[in-house]
Amino acid sequence: MNDGLDRDLAEAAGTLPTGPSLDALRRLAKRAKQEGVLDVAYAQVDSPLGPLTVAATDRGLVRVAYPDHTLDSVLEVLSREISPRVLEAPERLDPIRRELDEYFEGHLRRFATKIDWSLTADGFFRKVLRTTARIGYGKVLTYGEVAAKAGSPKAVRATGNGLGSNPMPVVVPCHRVVRTGGALGGYTGGIERKEFLLALERG
Amino acid sequence: MSLPPFQTLLDSHGATVHRFLVAAVGPSDAEDCFQEACIAALRAYPRLEHSDNLRAWLLKIAQRKAIDAHRARARRPVPVEHAPEPASPGMPAVPVNGQPVWARVRELPEKQRMAVFLRSVADLSYADVARALDCSQDAARRNVHEGLKRLREEMQS
Repeated sequence: MNDGLDRDLAEAAGTLPTGPSLDALRRLAKRAKQEGVLDVAYAQVDSPLGPLTVAATDRGLVRVAYPDHTLDSVLEVLSREISPRVLEAPERLDPIRRELDEYFEGHLRRFATKIDWSLTADGFFRKVLRTTARIGYGKVLTYGEVAAKAGSPKAVRATGNGLGSNPMPVVVPCHRVVRTGGALGGYTGGIERKEFLLALERG
Repeated sequence: MSLPPFQTLLDSHGATVHRFLVAAVGPSDAEDCFQEACIAALRAYPRLEHSDNLRAWLLKIAQRKAIDAHRARARRPVPVEHAPEPASPGMPAVPVNGQPVWARVRELPEKQRMAVFLRSVADLSYADVARALDCSQDAARRNVHEGLKRLREEMQS
């Protein structure tokens, strides 16, 4: 049936907004945080290595992802492993955005952002990453040295795997771990990025 | 079972929920209703037992907020500054509460009103209208048809 009512309804539907405003979405993220129903906040941060996806919980930074991972895949893991209450909330990530900007400009030598280790099971991998988090700016350790500091000097291969699983590259500086003899070894974001970061820190 | 990230839900269905609310309660109340509906959805989300038809689930929450807003509005006097202003010459009159046809739908009984909005604005199937209104598919169909019939009768009289 196509009559005056159908026409009125169709015309009126044509005048509806195409969706909530960006401002409304920003207010939603803010309010969700205040009401305790925002468990994982994320944002995209530009960097010389491409746009990074960064995510944080109330406990701290939980994920830094290179653009090789699609946003959907990063969010799906956060939803499954931490909580499905995931929202884009750029304001919540402003502190880490500022730190990353300063780091890439060569001004920041140590990240002050707190870290939430939730994405790494509490075991050897987490020990490896915590050890790595303490390697200073511009310094490098070998895989064997990290293995030893993490408590298992023989677990060199497992150390490499642990670093490969680093959910927070750049901030947990797995790029500062290299092979004995000076070869770079692998890197979660590709070897060019490892070279870039090491060169940046050599100044 | 794993639920999609809430942001994905919002990206896929937020616009539909928002449009439904603008039609159902008018542009000014829709903003509050949208926030309320999303916060309520976030609160309940982790306890949701399945991820089937999340659009109908979101609209079910949104239509409850629309009913609350409608009831609250009925209780409070209309503030003077919300009175429609005369249209200036050459400008189309855009009522503060949205299109006149929505105003007429809003006069329908609650179930018919929500059924018509869910069907004609949110574009839900009768099965999904039934899910959103927690009623049988037959009842959803009946409410839509009776609501539309009533509006047609009013137009002719």
